This record gives sequence, C-alpha cells and structure tokens, in this order.
Amino acid sequence: MKLKVKEVEFSYASVHVLKDICIELAASEMLGVVGPNGAGKSTLIRCIDRILKPQRGIILLDERDIKEMRLMELAKKMGYIPQSTSQIFPATVFDTVLMGRRPHIGWQSSEKDIEKVLETLQMLNIEDLAMRDINELSGGQQQKVFIARALTQEPNVLLLDEPTSNLDIRHQLEVMDIIKNIVREKELSAIMAIHDLNLASRYADRIVMMNSGKIFSAGDPVSVLTPESIKRVYGVEAEVNNNNGRPYIVPIRPVKQNGKGTCENKWNMQ
Amino acid sequence: MTSSTATISGTRTKSAEIKEQYKKFIGRKILFILFSLVLIFIIAGVAATLGSYPITVTEVYSIIWHGLFQNPETTKEIVVWNLRLPRILMGILAGIGLAIAGTMMQGILRNPLASPFTLGISSGAGFGAALAILLGAGIIAGETGKYLIIVNAFAFSLIPTFVILGLTRYKRATPETMILAGIAMLYIFSAATTLLMYFAESEAVKAAYFWMVGSLGKASWDAILPVSIMLAGCVPLLLWKSWDVNVMGAGDETAKSLGVNVERSRILILVIASLMSAGIICFTGTIGFIGLVAPHMCRMVIGGDNRFLIPASGFFGAALLLGADTLARTIIAPVILPVGVLTSFMGGPLFLYLIMRKRREYW
Repeated sequence: MKLKVKEVEFSYASVHVLKDICIELAASEMLGVVGPNGAGKSTLIRCIDRILKPQRGIILLDERDIKEMRLMELAKKMGYIPQSTSQIFPATVFDTVLMGRRPHIGWQSSEKDIEKVLETLQMLNIEDLAMRDINELSGGQQQKVFIARALTQEPNVLLLDEPTSNLDIRHQLEVMDIIKNIVREKELSAIMAIHDLNLASRYADRIVMMNSGKIFSAGDPVSVLTPESIKRVYGVEAEVNNNNGRPYIVPIRPVKQNGKGTCENKWNMQ
Repeated sequence: MTSSTATISGTRTKSAEIKEQYKKFIGRKILFILFSLVLIFIIAGVAATLGSYPITVTEVYSIIWHGLFQNPETTKEIVVWNLRLPRILMGILAGIGLAIAGTMMQGILRNPLASPFTLGISSGAGFGAALAILLGAGIIAGETGKYLIIVNAFAFSLIPTFVILGLTRYKRATPETMILAGIAMLYIFSAATTLLMYFAESEAVKAAYFWMVGSLGKASWDAILPVSIMLAGCVPLLLWKSWDVNVMGAGDETAKSLGVNVERSRILILVIASLMSAGIICFTGTIGFIGLVAPHMCRMVIGGDNRFLIPASGFFGAALLLGADTLARTIIAPVILPVGVLTSFMGGPLFLYLIMRKRREYW
C-alpha cells in the first residue's frame, strides 16, 4: 500500500501547526519523523489518521483520498498507536486487543476474532498479560499491548506517536525491533514520530526532519542527521559519528542564539 | 527436534489456556447477570408480602402466575395485582433505566461521577415539577394536575441535555465540556427551584418537596406502560452501541483510529440515556445514587466490557432499588420512607467503603 501526503496544512485556531507537508511512503518502509517539541510531529500523525482534519491538502492511500473513505474502512487500513493510555475504567489486555477487531466485526466477536487476538498476543510475547488490567502494566508492557491492538486491526499502515518515549532502553529496543520485524514481514508501511535521534537513525529507512510545522529536510538517515541540520533545527551543537553506516549523534551543547532573549543578551540590553 | 515440537505444543497449550480463561471470565459475567436477575425475583416476592394485608411468598408467586391468565378477583389477588405489583414493577423498571443511563453516561464521558444527577437531569425535572405544583397544578384536583406535573417534569428534565448539545455546536463535544455544562445546569435549576419555593405557599412547597424526594408511591399501571415502552426503545439501542462505548473508553484518539465517529456517538448516546432517565424521573422524582453506584459495583465484579456491563448494572440496579424500597417500607412501618432517601443513605456509606477497599484509583 502506498501513502501520499500532499501539501497538507493544519492550524489550531490561528496557530499554524503544519505548512505544506509532502511525504510519500511505500510498502515495507519505515519513516521516522523527528524535530523539536512543537514541530508538528504528532499533529502530522493525527492528520494522516483523520483524527484531525487538515484545512488544506490531500492524503492518498493507494491513490484514494482518505477523506472519501468511511471511518470503518480507513480503520481497516491504518492502525494508530498512542503514546500512553487514558483508560479510566477497568479493561483487560485481552479486551483491549480485541478492540482492534472493532472495524471488522458487528456486535458479537466470533471465534476468529478471538484466535486473531491470541495470535497477536503470542507474536508480541505478552500472552501472560492477557487477563491483567491494562492500567496495572508498566509503560513498556502497555506499549506492546497498543501495538497488538493496532495489529489485530490488520492495517496496511502503522502510525506511531512517540512509541519509545516512556520506555527504558531494553523496552525501547524490544518495541522498535517488534515494529521493524512486522513492517518487514507483513509489508506494512510505518510512520513514527520519535524524539530519540539515535533510535530514528538506527531503525528508520528514511527520516523527515520537521521544524516549526515545515519539513526541513528528508532522506536517508545519513543525509538528514548532519551536524548542520541539528544545529539549525534544534539549536544544538552535536557530533555525528558513524556507527555501522548509520549516523550516531552525540549532543554537545546548546548553541547560543543571537538576539533571542538569552540571559546574556538581557544583561547587555540593560 | 523434540525441543522445537515441545515449544510449539507449549505455545499451543498457552493459547488454549488463555482462551479458556477468557471464556471463564465471560461465563462469570453471565453468571453475575443471572444472579442479579434471581435477586430481583426473590426481593420482588418478599416485597409483595409486605403490607397490612398478610400474604405469604408462595401465595404471591401463584397469584402473579394466575393473574397473567385471568383478571384478579379475590381480595388477595386485587391487593397483589393492583396495589403491590405496580410499585414493584416500577422499582424494577426505574432501577434498570437509571443504572443503565448512569453506566452509559460514565462510559461516554469517561468520568466516574457522571450520572443523571450530575448532568442536571434530576434538577431539571425537580424544577419542572415544582413549577407545575406551585403554579397551581397541585390544586387542580385529580388526574389533570397529576399529568401536568409529569409532563412538565419530563420537559424540563430534557433542557440540560439540550443546552449541553447546543454548546457542542460551538465547542467540540469533549467529555469535559459536557460534564461541566451539566453541572452548571444543575446549579441553575437548583437555584431556580429554591427561588420558586421561597415565594410559594407553605402547602405547595411541601407538595413540591415531597415530589422531589424520590418515591415509588406514585406508581400505578398507567405509569408502568410508558416507562416500559421507553425502556424497550432505549435499552436495545444502547446495547447496540456498547462496542463504541468500549472503544471510547480507550480515549477519543484511539476510538477515532478504530473507526468510531466519537462526537456523534457521544451525542446520540447522551440523548438516549437522558431521555430514558427523564422518562423515569418524571414519574418517581429524584432517586439518587442508583445511577452512580450500580455501574461502579458491577464494574468491580465483572470489569468494564459494556456488552455485559449494561445488562448487569441494569438488573443489579433494579435489585438495589427494589431492596431499598422494601427496606423503606419496613424500617419504621407503618410509616413508609421515601426510597430516594434510603438509596442515598445506603449508597453513600457503601460507596465510601468501595472507594476505601478498591485496589486501583479511577481518578
């Protein structure tokens, strides 16, 4: 399945969050979206899944405009994995993963749906959690449950919003490996908003770097994650090393910006 | 070779084990629903024996059974069918309706405090009834006055819901907006009722006050019919929407990504649940706590899956309300206490106890 994002613009009230975003994505491809806080990464992910409606531009899935699809139809093609849970009332892991079947079923869940849930739980190696309450789990376990839920949707495109933000390094690697393997095996496309530049560099096939709602640069990790782009977008002086052909970023210090209201400047003005 | 076949069969049995656990969990949910149903029948039997005319439990059941096929003739039959049964049935229907309405409101607003009371429905009904009584409906003798009160209570109880809906045209229909708007309406109507009472004659104030303290004493076959039609229309719709409510429990964004039109579902379910509670409250007055407590108690036993939670909390709420009414009739007999007072007196401490011993915090 091919995903195309064309000239998408989005604003909250009068604040422009996304400006003229164009992205293309093929099957079995993993795209990392990086950028500083407020660059519009999560907003972009939400626009692609129609959780937010962009004011301009179109998003095509295999040449079909997603605006013209029924919600349930889109839900069969795209799976969204949120950052954390906001479940208030009790729900078991099994029932949470079963929710992924919602686009496919009517009122009654069939034997096939149950098998599907079991299969996914097994694939992610979280069978032992099946009857536990989702709120009792650790952040890493919850993230795996959300991935399981999105996979039982049987989507062609996976959208991930900061999948590793609350995880320890072991869970970060586990979760990223799971996603990478699934993308390869099931020939999915994946777009993930991600803060950690080194994880992005290591796992993404291509990277889009965003800065205040616009795409600053796009391409393979080596061409995007350069000391110059990190300096311009993040305002951070960084060293970029080569780690088995992938850039490895070592941040050094924030760049002192001229005339942007740092303490020193304020002193000078007085 | 042997080790790999062992692991394969190992994972197979693991899956089979989970499946069995899951089926068992569902079995437990169904068992709880049946248990609540049996509880209703037992309490109803006991409730029908209570009163100045002595009738035994077995007699009650046989009278009810025979009355299904022929008109009541003996005194016992008339007492059961015309005096006691309407009250019991009203208790069951009101319990079912209020508990299910509470379940749905908590579900769609993702707020454990949501209930027909917190959304202003009860206070709207109270104001409507008070207005009708104080403007003279209480003085109009007989049936017309009674109907005027009911119709007025029903109409006013729907106003908060429509105000909430009106707001969502200008602001997104988020749970926070809706619940805050409901609480605002609760205060406005309470204040308006107080103002009305402040300037009214003391007899009328007493009548209005008596109306507002919920009771099943006004129940009659005339009231049973519209309430059961209302439930028969609303409950299946809500059951049909139970999957959407489940999915909405995971948050708006997740629900949208799973194909649910969150805003539309939320509004539709709110309207149905409000209609249902308004249809009950206008006949019974404010019966507190059933809509709040019954869903929570059931969630603690059977979990949050609304496909099972809706029937469970409906039946359990009915048993709770019927039990409270039975207690209200016996505790200082022959004086009958209003059931609304009993549900709050019972529900309050029970709720505190549940909050104390709960493993996990909801909010």
